[in-house]
Amino acid sequence: MNKPTPVVEVRDLHKHFGGIEVLKGINLKVERGQTVSVLGSSGSGKSTMLRCINWLEVPDGGEIYIGGDRMGVKSANEKPMSNRELAAMRARTAMVFQSFNLWPHLTVLQNVTEAPIHVMKVDRKDAHDHAVQLLEKVGLSHKHDAYPWSLSGGQRQRVAIARALAMNPEVILFDEPTSALDPELVGEVLAVMRSLAEDGFTMIIVTHEMEFARAVSNEVVFIDKGMVIERAAPEKFFTNSDSERVRQFLGRYRTTTA
Amino acid sequence: MNGFKMIWDNIGLFGEGLQNTLVLFCVSGVLAFILACFLAFLLEGTENIPRKLIRWGLDLMRMLPFLIFLYLLYYGLPNVGLRLDVWSAGFFALITYHGAYFAEILRAARTSLPAGQAEAAYAHGFINSSMYWRILLPQMVMRSGPLFGNQLVCLLKDTAFLSIITLMDLTAAASAVQAKYFVPLPPFIFVIALYWSVTLVVETLLRRLSRRAQKRGLVHE
Repeated sequence: MNKPTPVVEVRDLHKHFGGIEVLKGINLKVERGQTVSVLGSSGSGKSTMLRCINWLEVPDGGEIYIGGDRMGVKSANEKPMSNRELAAMRARTAMVFQSFNLWPHLTVLQNVTEAPIHVMKVDRKDAHDHAVQLLEKVGLSHKHDAYPWSLSGGQRQRVAIARALAMNPEVILFDEPTSALDPELVGEVLAVMRSLAEDGFTMIIVTHEMEFARAVSNEVVFIDKGMVIERAAPEKFFTNSDSERVRQFLGRYRTTTA
Repeated sequence: MNGFKMIWDNIGLFGEGLQNTLVLFCVSGVLAFILACFLAFLLEGTENIPRKLIRWGLDLMRMLPFLIFLYLLYYGLPNVGLRLDVWSAGFFALITYHGAYFAEILRAARTSLPAGQAEAAYAHGFINSSMYWRILLPQMVMRSGPLFGNQLVCLLKDTAFLSIITLMDLTAAASAVQAKYFVPLPPFIFVIALYWSVTLVVETLLRRLSRRAQKRGLVHE
């Protein structure tokens, strides 16, 4: 039997900013239905890695595959993809940002239907019905006609998650989705993410929420100084990692939250 | 002679002038805005030679006094074999000149948009053009209400220059009446009031735009 194609595969990913090498050969494989948490200190390169997956940052070396198809580069001749080809690849992924990045001129409902209607050319009625369903899923049925400006951070991030889900993406990329939230609003967003994991969505989550990563992920990836230095099941990662650096990171985390 | 009677006797002339001024103002205002939207779209992206040329063109236009630009079009172009009639020269001058200013207003609004707006659009599969027209431009326009108002008032006032190239606008009508009686005050005060009422209408319309923007939290009082 053939092994199933990974939803996301990252091979030997390199990225520099100016003279600084931020990613030094990252490898990562995410299978269908998996939730992978990416941990690491600030500046370790984990967000950059995530942003390379959907080509918001253009890698300097290495390869990205989404569902087996090369991202950003034509496989035939290694030339950069055209605007249109790149957009079509990106539409197979979705991203939830730390700062939400909802479109402020559109209502909550319009934020969710915008890309399905205008990118994927879904029928308006179908897009609307799907959006209504998704907003119910994230607990915001009563906010269809509100503008993002009037929502709390937690509500905004839940709209952003519904907006991502509306693309029927193969994978959802979460870039520190709770880092900009007040502590009491973190829970509502994590609850939605947990339910997505239970529903079998494929997710890559860059986060500082250790408890959440431990409870929800199938796998934890630890990035340090631009390299993956540990990949493990959460139990092993949090209780007896083989890596000295991971134990040091977790130790510091425990002392700061104790 | 009584000022009111002077105006009333020539009301047809003023009416024609007002109509022409309004046609110039509305058509040029709308087309200058559309031109600016396209210019700002062409400027979207990393700096390259064509974009540099557009920027130079816009800067050149903005440093040119409007009257000289109009003279160049109307009196200068015939020297190179291109004769425009008064209306074509007037429309062309108003649309391109104020289009350049509108484009600059939109560019300023573009640079103040958070980078995350475009990123979210890209991440959800938008191509450059639909991202610009659907995600960026509406926000740029809503944020620029007061500046558009300012520029539209400038445009309205610049239509008066067209009287110099013999177009019968509101200012030309006032001049004609003034020349007939050698009494300048009543006709000029009357057209000032008319110009002023047009700007009041413009401001009312822009307040609507600004209410839309406020409802979305894009601008604050």
